[in-house]
Amino acid sequence: MTRPARLGLFGVGALGLAALLVRAVGGLHGFGGYPGPYGFVLAQAALGERHAANIVASVVYDYRALDTMGEELILFAAVTGVALLLRQQSPERAARREDAVRSDAVRFFGLGAVGAAALLGLLTIAYGYVTPGGGFQGGVFVAATFALVWAAGSYRLFHHLTPEPLVDLAEGLGAGGFVVIGLVGLIASGSLFENFLPLGTINTLLSGGQIALLNWAAGLEVAAATTLLFAKFLEDVMVPEEEEKPA
Amino acid sequence: MSHAPYVVAAWLFLAGIYGVVTSRNMIHLAVCMAVTQSSTYVLLLAIGYVDGGTAPIYRDIPVGTKVVDPVVPALVLTDIVVSVTLTALVLTLASRAHASKGTMDPDALPELKG
Repeated sequence: MTRPARLGLFGVGALGLAALLVRAVGGLHGFGGYPGPYGFVLAQAALGERHAANIVASVVYDYRALDTMGEELILFAAVTGVALLLRQQSPERAARREDAVRSDAVRFFGLGAVGAAALLGLLTIAYGYVTPGGGFQGGVFVAATFALVWAAGSYRLFHHLTPEPLVDLAEGLGAGGFVVIGLVGLIASGSLFENFLPLGTINTLLSGGQIALLNWAAGLEVAAATTLLFAKFLEDVMVPEEEEKPA
Repeated sequence: MSHAPYVVAAWLFLAGIYGVVTSRNMIHLAVCMAVTQSSTYVLLLAIGYVDGGTAPIYRDIPVGTKVVDPVVPALVLTDIVVSVTLTALVLTLASRAHASKGTMDPDALPELKG
């Protein structure tokens, strides 16, 4: 299809869609006037039912845990796809490339922040169901810490800190663990992702029952998957152009 | 009470799709897809907002405090994960296309003609 033809087709479609959207928006409640009832019922009932202070975590890891499992597997599949498509690259060859940051200030402050960033990321995962945070958010945080090692240090340092077999293992454990916890609920209580642990005391680490386990499994999976994404893209960039030989 | 946030969502969606349709570079394409998906974050959060409501996290607010709908943030989380994976895959395809064909223009890649 030529570009003008495509633009014309888009124009017609977009006008039609815009008209439908305007009509749909007219039928929605005004901003701030959420009518309920599900959100209000859940906000009232979830704390007593699940003992997790963060109601969003209760939704993600309990009421809609099946949906989150699908989400985890999407991430898993996408990372597998990226790894397959970029597989021609060799990390060993990439690690030979010299790209260490030369600025002392960047190295000092950048690498100095790595410890604090990693700690904050782990805290975000660990307390995800008690305070604002969670496995997904914290997982990306932890992976970003490794990216910081590359940005302020060197690819070689990043490569040594994230040995691929270990990251692969962590990703598999996170994704597989999530599914296994759901299956344990199925066996123990009769339905998938049904809680099988004591609910514990609200506002402590020992609260929320299996929400805690699912939250940590998601944290492991997301941290490993995102780190693997960074590793694959960095390998792809780091291999010198003249050596790159498409199969 | 106003409908402006919904209009912003619709605008983001259409602007993102326009970018996808007219894109001449696959990295630009990945960004446009991210813009399109960000419209869903605006829409979902706008739908669940309650005037004067706070985050549904009872860490240091008493039970019974007015909070926003806790379901939509969970849906936004799903959206963000899908958006990230999609971005990663499109960027991967861009990298492969550049390595094997020397171009990232979707129009110059016969495999992507449509």
